[in-house]
Amino acid sequence: MGVYWAIAVRSFRRFSTYRIATVSGIFTNSVFGFILCGVYLTLWHERPGLGGYDVSDALTFVWLQQGLLMPVGIFGASTTSELGERVRSGAIAVDLYRPTQLLLWWLSVDLGRATFQLLARGGAPLLVGALVFDLKFPSSVALWPLVVLGLLLGIMVSFAIRYLVALSGFWITDSRGMEQLALVLSLFFAGTILPLVAFPGWLGVIARATPWAATMQVPIDIWLGRNPGGTGAALLFQFGWLLVLLLAGQLATTLATRKVVIQGG
Amino acid sequence: MIRAPAQYWLLIVMWIRSVLAYPASFVLMLVSSTLVNLTDFVAVLIMFSHITAFGGFSLGEMALLYATSSTALGMADLLTGSIERVGERIRTGAFDAYLIRPVPAFLQAAADGFALRRLGRPLQAGTVLVFALSKVDIDWTVARGIMLAVSLVTGTVIFAALFVLGASFQFVAIDSAELANSVTYGGQALTQFPLTVFGKEIVRAVTFVVPLAFVNYYPVLYVLGKPAPLGLPSWIGLLSPLVAAVMVALSSLAWRAGLRRYRSTGS
Repeated sequence: MGVYWAIAVRSFRRFSTYRIATVSGIFTNSVFGFILCGVYLTLWHERPGLGGYDVSDALTFVWLQQGLLMPVGIFGASTTSELGERVRSGAIAVDLYRPTQLLLWWLSVDLGRATFQLLARGGAPLLVGALVFDLKFPSSVALWPLVVLGLLLGIMVSFAIRYLVALSGFWITDSRGMEQLALVLSLFFAGTILPLVAFPGWLGVIARATPWAATMQVPIDIWLGRNPGGTGAALLFQFGWLLVLLLAGQLATTLATRKVVIQGG
Repeated sequence: MIRAPAQYWLLIVMWIRSVLAYPASFVLMLVSSTLVNLTDFVAVLIMFSHITAFGGFSLGEMALLYATSSTALGMADLLTGSIERVGERIRTGAFDAYLIRPVPAFLQAAADGFALRRLGRPLQAGTVLVFALSKVDIDWTVARGIMLAVSLVTGTVIFAALFVLGASFQFVAIDSAELANSVTYGGQALTQFPLTVFGKEIVRAVTFVVPLAFVNYYPVLYVLGKPAPLGLPSWIGLLSPLVAAVMVALSSLAWRAGLRRYRSTGS
């Protein structure tokens, strides 16, 4: 266990060195936040109460989302794309050599990254937004542990998806195409383009059942207290997907390990 | 100068051949790049399943704004978007390699890692443009037709100039690539909507400070025969070529200044 902790800590430190990148990232998040607020204000002005959100919910959604894009790994999760790169280049052989579990190793790396980005970037857009707009915060202290748990599960579900995508390189040589495709799905179904609550009819039902919903929409709804089935059901939903995806990840690792041929030299 | 287009072409052909080495992955990337951008427009469609007009624009008019903005950014991103990666080369000192080759550093940086998959955005935007034109009832005149065609080019040039300005800034602040994204990709996100919904200050800012409103908003207002905000004349869209020229001049000065400032890395 100690080794995975050590990996996570080092990954945290590694990401903490990119200071200017962090600041300029926060600036960009804030610009997008204001653009989306302009759009959502117009939309919710035309249709008050759309999807069960009031105006304040919609605006809070924007700033939470902008803070979570990087930590959750919708954008810029360089850890798993690095794994994909290692599969492509063959450097993965070194990783498989180590007396550690491949999945746990990269999960630790990703959690270290996510923790840094959550602390450094997660709250900043929310602060910017709160200066200008009237935003919602969890109503009681008891809700905070649930918010944290929801975020952790969301990050891990996101990792599990990205891990599978990176490992696809074992079969199709270059996982970058798959990464792009996964990006489309996550942009759409995590609620990045529009909160999933605003999706009409069957599209909304499907969108809310996908694992991507568990990465961002669900944690944000826990914060807002807007999960249709309550917070407990929402956490269970996240946990269910996490279990399925991690098992699939472990299975893929086993199959890939059997398949890999290391070039001699 | 005269040889520049041929040199640029030579560089991008090399990169195209390199991505085609993994054909399955390339096809996936092109398809998914088209789809990534399609999601933006699907968001607009979903919004219009709840409303009939957004800031005074109908679905067809919104589609026209979206298509013009997305084409402009897509083409600029395809042709010069790679330049945002100079920060990485400046940090590692690999920028030196650009300076010793007999091709301008600007061309090499713009063509570096040329990503043909970025064609996905203009392709998708073109489809939306056809949809928009079939849906909006435009009172066509020769001037309006020319304005629409010209705006696609000037919009591309304005966005390309912004990419170059962002890259030039990286000579001063390495790692600030994401900062430039806020005016390029952020600019696209902004200009796909009628700018008046963001308030007068934003309209002023994107008219007089970062002239994003000239990418497509003012030209489209002219094509649709809608009045311009802030009491500006309705023909203000016709100024977009002039704005594009000014932006090119500024970005070229900035790039040269950045290049002069480059000192390579130690040891």
